[in-house]
Amino acid sequence: MSETRDIDMSVRIGGLTLRNPVMPASGTFAEGLESVIDFNRLGAMVTKTITRELRAGNPLPRVVEQPGGMINAIGIPSKGVPYFIERTLPCYTPYDTPLVVSISAPTAEGFASLAAELSIPGVAAIEANISCPNIEEDGKAFAMRAESTENVTRHLRAATNLPLWMKLTPNTGDMPEVARAAEAAGADAVVVANTILSMAIDLKTFKPCLGNIMGGLSGPAVKPIVLRHVFQCARAVGIPVIGCGGISCADDAAEYLLAGASAVQVGTATFVKPAVMVDIIDGLATFCQRRDIPRVADLIGATVIEEADEPDVSWLSPAS
Amino acid sequence: MAVHRDLSPETPPPPPPAEEDDSHARWKASVVSELARVVDNRAINAEYRHLVADCGEESAQARPGQFFQLLCPQPPGGGQPFLRRPMSLYGVDPEKRRVEFLYKVAGLGTRGLETLRAGDRLDIMGPLGQGFRLNADCRHIVAVGRGAGLATLAPLAKAAEARGIGVTAILSARRPDLLVSVELFRHHGAEVITVTDSQSTSGPANVERLLRRLIAEGRCDAFFTCGSSRLMGVQQRLAREFDLPGQVAMEQQMACGIGLCHCCVRDFNVNGEIVSRRVCWDGPVFDLMEALP
Ligand SMILES: Cc1cc2nc3c(=O)[nH]c(=O)nc-3n(C[C@H](O)[C@H](O)[C@H](O)COP(=O)(O)O)c2cc1C
Repeated sequence: MSETRDIDMSVRIGGLTLRNPVMPASGTFAEGLESVIDFNRLGAMVTKTITRELRAGNPLPRVVEQPGGMINAIGIPSKGVPYFIERTLPCYTPYDTPLVVSISAPTAEGFASLAAELSIPGVAAIEANISCPNIEEDGKAFAMRAESTENVTRHLRAATNLPLWMKLTPNTGDMPEVARAAEAAGADAVVVANTILSMAIDLKTFKPCLGNIMGGLSGPAVKPIVLRHVFQCARAVGIPVIGCGGISCADDAAEYLLAGASAVQVGTATFVKPAVMVDIIDGLATFCQRRDIPRVADLIGATVIEEADEPDVSWLSPAS
Repeated sequence: MAVHRDLSPETPPPPPPAEEDDSHARWKASVVSELARVVDNRAINAEYRHLVADCGEESAQARPGQFFQLLCPQPPGGGQPFLRRPMSLYGVDPEKRRVEFLYKVAGLGTRGLETLRAGDRLDIMGPLGQGFRLNADCRHIVAVGRGAGLATLAPLAKAAEARGIGVTAILSARRPDLLVSVELFRHHGAEVITVTDSQSTSGPANVERLLRRLIAEGRCDAFFTCGSSRLMGVQQRLAREFDLPGQVAMEQQMACGIGLCHCCVRDFNVNGEIVSRRVCWDGPVFDLMEALP
């Protein structure tokens, strides 16, 4: 489609320039998708989270469908670092697309040493998954609190020169504060967000639908909530925000950019429409074209807020 | 757009170094999601329905043991099934470009499938997974199936016939009227032995007796099975005793169907070591001796 050729689709995330703002969300992308889409079309590639420890993952069932989404409790199965370097990494080196490696560890020191070990050629950035609801008991994660986020980010920053993205959780009271903590400790970007802690119960058996009891909600159902988080975080920090939650079409992606995201990650939608990321890239170009917007980056944070539109929160005060 | 038949790059990235150029220029999808056109969708017995759909070239390349992920329509009065539903290939015709599935109406997705009429569109994604491998030096194979396994094994009949391999199919069901694939196997020259719960012939002891006879007659160079872990156990024991190879198609709840999400994992015994594999990507067909019930 020659009509899409004129739009400058590139975006900058810290020191990294991406050919377009669309990339997969961690845990929803692997070599297998190469049978459906050309990875050279993507803005970046993001691996499933890996850990140093060998992990089996959670008991089955690991997913349950919901209206407009799904809850997962996969639990970060990991074959460790040597396997990743020898077997997984070479799958992506043939592509001319930056590879972002998602990591997790039980401690700040563990995060740092893993990031150091993975700061190798072929890895373009580190995404620290400090927000997985499925590994700690009761869905706990570093990114639920600003102090632990600041601490783990500081350790990571000292351990690697690669661009450092901190993936945050919506399962906290004050995401902007957590995002500010990540920025203060040297993060290059924040990813907003991981899944929303949730659960479902089977009415035939009275048992939880997931082997792990609780899991993370993703898909279109979470989009309005996460979009709001992106809007708030983008106002709170100066570093780029990467939006992630329920994006299933170009309009969703455009909405995220307008809310302040500099790029977007697409997860669950790929399970339903495996080529959706390519559709979104083409659709974003068309979106800009139709509106005479020369650069997709012009959309970032371009939500029009008129003074009267400023949220009125006075009704929240106890007096009202 | 739900049809992704041609994904040739449209906004080319800055030209990569010359050495890399070639491979990427020729990238082509081997798995497609496309809108197939329903040709027929009718009940074939009290449990199973037969769905036939016209499809594109890639889908029509599906091989026995592979599967598709179907985006099921919304059933009347029900919600929209969010995830795709895995469905074993029941039949494929590369010339007519046609795929066939057999399904039992069990949940939201299959209740949606039931509503499809001739001419309707159905979003199918495939072909997926590792199918059965028919070894050329096999003279005669045995296919043992039950439940949905009867559908999964069915495409073997035509494939084996095309390679001049003899087939004996042992097909198991609760009652004779619930058996499927019997005529299909016979049509492709297979011998069919039916066993049922209602006739008390489907127990593992009887199936073992039948299999021992086939082995003794030199008519079992390999086992192919799907749909019953009890019958799989019988075949594993016999395979060990007589040093015979085998393949099993496994089932598991799936989400993505292409190895991304790790939701459909199962444990396998690989030379004494327990290894976790993805049914959708590493399978659904696995070495019989590595499978665990
Ligand atoms: C099956 C599945 C596995 C996931 N695994 C990971 C993971 O390993 N690491 C991670 O940071 N996020 C993981 N996520 C979260 C996604 O990356 C993403 O943050 C979330 O699903 C929201 O985006 P979506 O609505 O587009 O899916 C996973 C999500 C799903 C559905």
